[in-house]
Amino acid sequence: MEDDAPVIYGLSSRWARALTPQTAETDAIRFLVGTQSLKYDNQIHIIDFDDENNIINKNVLLHQVGEIWHISTSPADKGVLATCYNRSKCSFPRYLATRGSSDSRVLTCAAVWRMPKELESGSHESPDDSSSTAQTLELLCHLDNTAHGNMLVVGEPWGDGKKVICWPNNHILLWNLQESFQPGKGQLRFTSGRWSPHHNCTQVATASDTTLRGWDTRSMSQVYCIENAHGQLVRDLDFNPNKQYYLASCGDDCKVKFWDTRNVTEPVKTLEEHSHWVWNVRYNHSHDQLVLTGSSDSRVILSNMVSISSEPFGHLVDDDDVSDQEDHQPEEKSKEPLQDNVIATYEEHEDSVYAVEWSSADPWLFASLSYDGRLVINRVPRALKYHILL
Amino acid sequence: MAAGPDHGSGPGDSPEGPEAEAPERRRKAHGMLKLYYGLSEGEAAGRPAGPDPLDPTDLNGAHFDPEVYLDKLRRECPLAQLMDSETDMVRQIRALDSDMQTLVYENYNKFISATDTIRKMKNDFRKMEDEMDRLATNMAVITDFSARISATLQDRHERITKLAGVHALLRKLQFLFELPSRLTKCVELGAYGQAVRYQGRAQAVLQQYQHLPSFRAIQDDCQVITARLVQQLRQRFREGGSGAPEQAECVELLLALGEPAEELCEEFLAHARGRLEEELRSLEAELGPSPPAPDVLEFTDHGGSGFVGGLCQVAAAYQELFAAQGPAGAEKLAAFARELGGRYFALVERRLAQEQGGGDNSLLVRALDRFHRRLRAPGALLAAAGLAEAATEIVERVARERLGHHLQGLRAAFLGCLTDVRQALAAPRLAGKEGPGLAELLANVASSILSHIKASLAAVHLFTAKEVSFSNKPYFRGEFCSQGVREGLIVGFIRSMCQTAQSFCDSPGEKGGATPPALLLLLSRLCLDYETATISYILTLTDEQFLVQDQSPVTPVSTLCAEARETARRLLTHYVKVQGLVISQMLRKSVETRDWLSTLEPRNVRAVMKRVVEDTTAIDVQVGLLYEEGVRKAQSSDSSKRTFSVYSSSRQQGRYAPSYTPSAPMDTNLLSNIQKLFSERIDVFSPVEFNKVSVLTGIIKISLKTLLECVRLRTFGRFGLQQVQVDCHFLQLYLWRFVADEELVHLLLDEVVASAALRCPDPVPMEPSVVEVICERG
Repeated sequence: MEDDAPVIYGLSSRWARALTPQTAETDAIRFLVGTQSLKYDNQIHIIDFDDENNIINKNVLLHQVGEIWHISTSPADKGVLATCYNRSKCSFPRYLATRGSSDSRVLTCAAVWRMPKELESGSHESPDDSSSTAQTLELLCHLDNTAHGNMLVVGEPWGDGKKVICWPNNHILLWNLQESFQPGKGQLRFTSGRWSPHHNCTQVATASDTTLRGWDTRSMSQVYCIENAHGQLVRDLDFNPNKQYYLASCGDDCKVKFWDTRNVTEPVKTLEEHSHWVWNVRYNHSHDQLVLTGSSDSRVILSNMVSISSEPFGHLVDDDDVSDQEDHQPEEKSKEPLQDNVIATYEEHEDSVYAVEWSSADPWLFASLSYDGRLVINRVPRALKYHILL
Repeated sequence: MAAGPDHGSGPGDSPEGPEAEAPERRRKAHGMLKLYYGLSEGEAAGRPAGPDPLDPTDLNGAHFDPEVYLDKLRRECPLAQLMDSETDMVRQIRALDSDMQTLVYENYNKFISATDTIRKMKNDFRKMEDEMDRLATNMAVITDFSARISATLQDRHERITKLAGVHALLRKLQFLFELPSRLTKCVELGAYGQAVRYQGRAQAVLQQYQHLPSFRAIQDDCQVITARLVQQLRQRFREGGSGAPEQAECVELLLALGEPAEELCEEFLAHARGRLEEELRSLEAELGPSPPAPDVLEFTDHGGSGFVGGLCQVAAAYQELFAAQGPAGAEKLAAFARELGGRYFALVERRLAQEQGGGDNSLLVRALDRFHRRLRAPGALLAAAGLAEAATEIVERVARERLGHHLQGLRAAFLGCLTDVRQALAAPRLAGKEGPGLAELLANVASSILSHIKASLAAVHLFTAKEVSFSNKPYFRGEFCSQGVREGLIVGFIRSMCQTAQSFCDSPGEKGGATPPALLLLLSRLCLDYETATISYILTLTDEQFLVQDQSPVTPVSTLCAEARETARRLLTHYVKVQGLVISQMLRKSVETRDWLSTLEPRNVRAVMKRVVEDTTAIDVQVGLLYEEGVRKAQSSDSSKRTFSVYSSSRQQGRYAPSYTPSAPMDTNLLSNIQKLFSERIDVFSPVEFNKVSVLTGIIKISLKTLLECVRLRTFGRFGLQQVQVDCHFLQLYLWRFVADEELVHLLLDEVVASAALRCPDPVPMEPSVVEVICERG
């Protein structure tokens, strides 16, 4: 059976780093892309993918306050999203050209927005010219950071501190972790962070330089620390959605490593498939053997990590208490030889890929975004899909 | 024929024929004699077989007919010829006559002397006949006398015979009567052998006549004495101090006295055990921990002469004495030998274990040789005890352990070399003076490892020397050579060397940084050298020294070479990564720590870029010491100039020009995309080839890609952009010469500048000429 060709969408001459699925949406396949441009008005593209017809519909929201470094959506409210952006004071080139740029400065801000109602549910308007349909966002609140300088929302790089937003119950809670992390006197530069989906969302993992750290948000104390997780900077990490102690990390040493946080001396598994920095690693939400990585070697690699997944090969196991069954798995596994392998390497991009994301609605579909603004939507090969399902 | 009248003429007056005729005549005479004796005339040698032998006209033929001949002559020949032939004939006849006369004269004398002799003999025989007759009569008289004498002596003779028989019997009886006293005397004197012989001689007789009271008494006496004798013998036997041969004698005597063999054999073995255990104890004492143990050769010598010699004696004596015991006795002896042998082996093994750490192989091999040689004698004597096999096993085990030890030694030597190299690499920095060059270090390491390998091979080779007694065992001829030496030692070492080298690649992060890059480079070159030459050399050497007769599969050279090559490749790749990382870190720090928005107008190339170029040059020199230049894409030598103009003016202008006008953002994107379309994808961390250019290309690729990614994460002011421009141009000026394809450097640097321009809200590029001036000044 043939796999569908990838669907490619160009952001029409915008550079972009920020990509997120609309987490609260479980029916339609929808991605949000934030552009990054210093000179022009930045936009948020809402990409709807019609799986049956292989058609992309897009809506454009204006994001005039600055270039978007990071974007994330509320897991509870479809209309709520957060962006992390740079506001550059020298956004008036002509003025600066005459005055010189001595006082120019870049401010990193974060804000929570609500998109217009009609876009929330992804009404399939006919895609017109982007400028005409561009709509504005409604500002819900600024995440004030004047006291702490730069800010980081769920994994935005270049922060000295960190603020994490979560949506536990349809209302926004803002955790300011800055004070708790003071002991390092600002030496801890977090490059990335993730919420653990386990333990009732009380754990956070962060990456700073080559170290991975786990935090308990109730006591604001460090739970575990993986020193030298990577040879170089750790770029991203992700929790296994089904196995509570497992997480994946990736970094500048071109490697993807899988960790068991109960034993942090050795990685459980190491992949070395990319030929440059790995910027992104994502577990599939429902089939955690599928791991997606994006790298600045312009490749996206889909790997099948059967041996450390919660599902024994060819079987579906309840997501609950999977870790308890770990001990029994070897017997089941021995029936079929397990092979961790690369399922596919996607080379549709021509620039560095800074973001890859699984769709929240369809577990077999994912999007990747490269710096030149190209968004590629791909599917898991069908043969593998049926192999996992059947 | 007219020959008749001349017949009477003597040989004297017959004229001699021509010289040529003489042999002819003689032959003729011979022919006649032959004819007479029935030999065929035709076979006479030298005779021309011309005329028919039946021809009646042939003068010499058997069927000669004078009439026919004459007729023929008269008829055929003219007168002159007739005359001639007549003369000829006469001459021949004369010659024949003289011959005949000579013969008669010669033989006549002989006849006369023969007749005389016969006559004389006749007389002699007559005299002899008379004497014989006289002899016969005399003999008859003698016979007569003799018969008469024997008849007279007959009676006396019989009496004498009887008397002689009585005398013998009496002597025997006397012996018997004297026996007890003799026995006593013998016992007193200690001549046990004599006593036992007497006893043996008298035993049967006494047994036979024991119903007679007098004999009975003698027998009883004898038994008492014999019992005493037995007791004394046993006593001596038990005291045991007097060595194996005397004991054997005792046992022999006791056996002759009819003591139960079973019990004796037990006792004999028990005594032997006591002695041998003594030997073992003394050996054990030598083993003792506190006093310095004697060297292993001495130890095995002691063991060989003391224990094994004793065992041999015991076994030989036992087999001689108790041969009648049959298989049960042999089994007993075998069990005995097995047990004591086992203890002896345990001791030897303990001693050999002490030797494992030592370095002197020849001593060990000699000791083993002695040990093995000494055990061959009892081994042959006592095949059932399996001593020889056990000894061979021990030797094999020691040989195996020795191999393991050498492998360890080689590994340690390799690690030692590495430590030396590390120190040598670290030293120049401390001392501040020139250390030995990399190439020299490499040569040192290679030669030192090779000499270690050779030394190990030589040491191990001792085990298979012809004069060593165990070298012809199947293990040493086959498995030891192929599996032990070749596979275990040499292949094992090369493998472990590769592994050790590879382990330098695996150490993650900062720990990997602890390995000096130069060491990686050196190891890589070492492995590559191994792949190209050294492995096959070493294996050939091994195969030559140890003629491998074993058919078991061995690792082929190609597999090892592939492993070594893979190791070399990984090391080199790791070297590239490490060096790339060093430069990357420098570049990243320089980009991250700077405030690009508020930077001043560039006046200089930043110091870090100079540093990058310097480091790259240093790496270039370092790699150049060990690796060949490699191929680079052919481009003219002054390409820096040319590409600079292309890069700075046309391409750059093409890129930046549209960005002044906000209305045309498409162009920038389009241009860069189109450009990418035509340029190949760059694999940043790609495997490297074994040459300098490839290594440098790898390092520069990694560095520049890092620079690109870092630039994309920052925001630049106008002067920040210009600084990047200057820096990139500077790199462009210096880096192109290191890489295989300078287009690559241009591409990456273009990308960097383009990205910086994108990240600049106010992109005003610097004039290319100004950039050039700044770079040249820097």
